[in-house]
Amino acid sequence: MGEAAVEFRGVSKRYGTGYVFEELALTIPRARIVCIIGPSGCGKTTLLKLINRLIEPEAGEILVEGRPIGRQNPVELRRNIGYVIQQIGLFPHMTIEDNITVVPRLKGESRKRLDHRVDELLSLIGLAPDQFRKRYPHELSGGQQQRIGVARALAANPSIILMDEPFSALDPISRVQLQKELIKLNEQVKKTIVFVTHDIDEALKIADRIVLLKDGKLVQDDAPEDLLKRPANAFVREFLGTERFAANFEI
Amino acid sequence: MDQFWNTLQADWPLIIDKTLEHLYLSAVSVLIACLVAIPAGVLLTRFKRLANGVITVVSVIQTIPSLALFGFMIPLVGIGAKPAIIALTLYALLPIVQNTFVGISEVNPALTEAGVGMGMTRWQVLRMVQLPIARSVIMAGVRLVTVQTISMATIATYIAAGGLGDIITRGITMINTITIFEGAVPVSLLVILVNLLLLALNRALTPKGLRGQRKING
Ligand SMILES: Nc1ncnc2c1ncn2[C@@H]1O[C@H](COP(=O)(O)OP(=O)(O)O)[C@@H](O)[C@H]1O
Ligand SMILES: [Mg+2]
Repeated sequence: MGEAAVEFRGVSKRYGTGYVFEELALTIPRARIVCIIGPSGCGKTTLLKLINRLIEPEAGEILVEGRPIGRQNPVELRRNIGYVIQQIGLFPHMTIEDNITVVPRLKGESRKRLDHRVDELLSLIGLAPDQFRKRYPHELSGGQQQRIGVARALAANPSIILMDEPFSALDPISRVQLQKELIKLNEQVKKTIVFVTHDIDEALKIADRIVLLKDGKLVQDDAPEDLLKRPANAFVREFLGTERFAANFEI
Repeated sequence: MDQFWNTLQADWPLIIDKTLEHLYLSAVSVLIACLVAIPAGVLLTRFKRLANGVITVVSVIQTIPSLALFGFMIPLVGIGAKPAIIALTLYALLPIVQNTFVGISEVNPALTEAGVGMGMTRWQVLRMVQLPIARSVIMAGVRLVTVQTISMATIATYIAAGGLGDIITRGITMINTITIFEGAVPVSLLVILVNLLLLALNRALTPKGLRGQRKING
């Protein structure tokens, strides 16, 4: 239990000549919702993809649950880390149950034995199993599709789940609902959730910890209330929204 | 009319024979073309820079008049079924390569990224995601090629490869309409039936999630 879920040690990554990260150090604690936030282009997606080796760093070391990932088989590594993307990415030719069971099936479990797991996951995300398991993605609303995306990431029971702006394409009502469900879900399943967003309201609502990036530099890494109480600099204050501080001082 | 029935009755075994020959020439050519062109199309999606060049070269074959291509085969491989199959196969390559390449390239990159990110190998991404989604586009190419090959196999008679072209050319030489019909009608029927069959097969193979709505999630 000692080690962190994910640890970046002196990680550098560049595209062509420009560095996205230079000597980045970051620790992501276990069983928490950690939001990675920052303006567009600051390197949030790159940071997430470094964790499941969709992107390789030029220098430095990344540890997942204490083990350096550079020496692990990337395919094995990815099967043990959940991954949810903004575009949802459900497979249109597969039923909901086949979509949900992709990773366990990749790991060699037979479809038959996964029936129970599908029921469990669909119930967990609040969709009636009998109604949804045989449907196809296009028959679902955007919010329902992204719930399936979350269920799919949970299916193989990974301890870490990466989410890249998972709710940003949804309508405001579904977004708020999914944010609430994610908090509730994490109270039940206790996963490390690395959640990328550019929406500070979303981060403040769901995060146990917020990592604020700017131009690939870590600006502040704190609990939401500490971020509000002790913003590290003017950029943080501006990013949070100056009006929030006015309100805060009144209290 | 009586004459028609009498001739038909007399020629019936020959028609069956030539139809089978014709089917054999066409089926073998399309099959070989699929075995070459589908993997080639897949490979080109991995080496996109080569794609334009390769497709251009293959499309040059398409511009050679078919009779001329059959002619070229004679000094190279002689006459008979073998050169005919080679020529028909060469003609069949382009539409299949092209449709495979386009079909797979058009698969939403978010889907392949989701696949890789969840721990699929490249082969698994191809087998579980790209090929099933591109399948109906690939099959459209195969269907086009099958129809084209059955039609073109009629000319194979000029290099002694057999097929229904034998009957048609004999009819033309004898200026005998009935004989021409005995070759032309089976070829036409063959094209129409095989086309319908492949259409139905494609419909049956398309999963419900891909019918009507081909793309989701942008
Ligand atoms: N494949 C790539 N090639 C070149 N530059 C890239 C590539 N991917 C991202 N970048 C650049 O790296 C920076 C960080 O990108 P990204 O991690 O996607 O940012 P974010 O997710 O925070 O918007 C951006 O400036 C982007 O333009
Ligand atoms: Mg991004």
